[in-house]
Amino acid sequence: MLIEEAINTSSGQGVDITIIKPKKGWQVIDIKELIRYRDLFLFMTYRDIKVLYKQTILGFAWAILNPLFNMLVFGFLRIMSGAKFGPDNIPYLPFLYAGLIPWTFFSTSLNASSQSLINASQVITKVYFPRLVVPFSAIMSKLVDFALSFAVLIILMFAYHITPNINLLYLPLLIVLMVLCASGIGLWFSALAIQYRDIKYGLTFMITLIMFLTPVLWSADKLAKLDEYGHIWKTLYGLYPMAGIEVGFRSCLLGYGEMPWEMLILGTISSIIVFIGGAFYFQRMEKVFADVA
Amino acid sequence: MSDVAVSVDNISKRYRIGMVEEKSDTMVGSMVKMLKSPITNLRKLKSLRSFKEGEQTDIIWALKDVSFEVKQGESIAIIGKNGAGKSTLLKILSKITDPTSGRAEIHGKVSSLLEVGTGFHPDLTGRENVYLNGTILGMKKVEIDRKFDEIVEFSGVDKFVDTPVKRYSSGMKVRLAFSVAAFLEPEILIIDEVLAVGDLDFQRKCLGKMDQVAKSGRTVLFVSHNMAAVRNLCERGVMLVGGKVNYIGEINEIVSIYEKGMNNSNVVDPGMFPIKASHGYALQMNSLASRMENSPDGATLYVEFELEAFEDFKIIEVFFIVQALDGQLISKVSPKMADLYIKDLNGKKKFVLISKNINHFLASGDFTYSVHIKLPRLVIIQADQIARFEVPGYDSYGYGRFFETPKFGVVPLPLILKEAPL
Repeated sequence: MLIEEAINTSSGQGVDITIIKPKKGWQVIDIKELIRYRDLFLFMTYRDIKVLYKQTILGFAWAILNPLFNMLVFGFLRIMSGAKFGPDNIPYLPFLYAGLIPWTFFSTSLNASSQSLINASQVITKVYFPRLVVPFSAIMSKLVDFALSFAVLIILMFAYHITPNINLLYLPLLIVLMVLCASGIGLWFSALAIQYRDIKYGLTFMITLIMFLTPVLWSADKLAKLDEYGHIWKTLYGLYPMAGIEVGFRSCLLGYGEMPWEMLILGTISSIIVFIGGAFYFQRMEKVFADVA
Repeated sequence: MSDVAVSVDNISKRYRIGMVEEKSDTMVGSMVKMLKSPITNLRKLKSLRSFKEGEQTDIIWALKDVSFEVKQGESIAIIGKNGAGKSTLLKILSKITDPTSGRAEIHGKVSSLLEVGTGFHPDLTGRENVYLNGTILGMKKVEIDRKFDEIVEFSGVDKFVDTPVKRYSSGMKVRLAFSVAAFLEPEILIIDEVLAVGDLDFQRKCLGKMDQVAKSGRTVLFVSHNMAAVRNLCERGVMLVGGKVNYIGEINEIVSIYEKGMNNSNVVDPGMFPIKASHGYALQMNSLASRMENSPDGATLYVEFELEAFEDFKIIEVFFIVQALDGQLISKVSPKMADLYIKDLNGKKKFVLISKNINHFLASGDFTYSVHIKLPRLVIIQADQIARFEVPGYDSYGYGRFFETPKFGVVPLPLILKEAPL
């Protein structure tokens, strides 16, 4: 849908002209329109946050309990297995938890965004607004959980006497990349999930499996030590954005290891490609949403 | 051209219906089918979004070559029987769905009201829902800030504005929702039958506000079955029949053509059936007919219909609505009120609504009825004003006279006059 501002010469005022015609193929993303609807975006995010906590008994505590329980379970697993898949010179628990913080954001925002359009089906079939707002606000609402989960990390760092170093300044950068990565994939999945209802089942167990492929429980240094090409593997691994993010988070929060710049650059490139692809796919499928919702 | 607010030019909308059953709505299903017969299925998957000429089966044109113009400041009604394409047209003009072909232009800021309370969430307070609903409808936050007090006052829920909406009565919800919509200030307003909500008092308030909007120079496109409201608010009308424009003209003309065209007999046009449920639900109404059985003690109305379900439906709700010939609501009986539920439906079944001694409650004369089939919170089959029925006269008071509408009104009240003790 194109909205052009036409100048009415006689009165000198701008007139909104809406043109409605069949949309074919790839569409341009109307940034101006998204900006116009920014208040809706804010309120949808607010609603997502407030509603989620109103419906739970534990309320905001859940934001902390999710990564906390994960940490306890996997910490237990490591002790029982005796395997040394953790890092070499830092206690496992804070290492693990620092990795769980971005991972929890990633997995919860992926789930939330893929469901977001389906949950909004009543609204989508009755009102027009740029549908891109829906998955974005679902993802943004998870940032609150993200912020809250830092509480446990701070306690852990006190307990283990770990202090961050100057890399902490890179935290905002990592957060931006994390959101970009989650948004890109979230866009794809939200558009797919509303057309194919079995995606939500597959997504849940896929995310669990992918967790094991991500250096959440284990240290990416193991990759570097695999064989003589180890450090190349580790860098290429950065194409999977969450890999670089995990390593980066540990570096900036715990001061453990160097910031993995090569991984992060590769991760940013792939995130941007997925994001742009996702936005265009979403926009192209938008006309079908109201019909299949 | 500068005084045209809305121009609709050969808008058509095509739906492919047969295919929907065959397309898998699970990705696994789709992938399996793709492996089984690649060529056929690739074609089928793509074909849902494109239509090849020559494949004429199972295609319905919800709208075909609809064209009309609305000038700035004009109020135009879009009327037609159910299934005529009114709601589809509004959805296209509201940018909710795309036309298959044709073009429409809207000059000016447009707001669409296809439903009241869109986006309302029960856990949020009235205040929060006003902002959410307002921004969904396209308002900016500062605009809502400015109008907030007026909105709350119009709705009458002032004391409860900071309570979660799930505590509201349904009347309060509707009033608040409509109030938000009432304070939209678009240049062009598109409204779809949202006035069929709330009590009579509130409906009057809504009509009053709409009247205000219309008279203030705004352009209004109004879809309604309430002929009285339509006549009052609009200057011109567009009549849609079977997705095509049947007539465009001055409002009184259009309304009388519409009313004349309504089914004269109590036999419903068989060409309407089966009526398939909306939203893709596997349910259809195969037939609907009514008869009146009269006796000296009273007349009983029987409305028989057959439903066919292609999958299990646990609970189906039935609404029965009686309206006067001009559209005025006489009686809307909800499932909750009268236990009009159908449980565990699968396959074909015939049902009958029985209104015993209907002429004890209704004056004698002509009325129309509607049957709505609903799932909780969603109407899926709407057979609106589908036929007339005639209520035979009844000596309500026992003094040998019949209470006839329109002369005496609609309801013969039980009434006696006695001397009061001093």
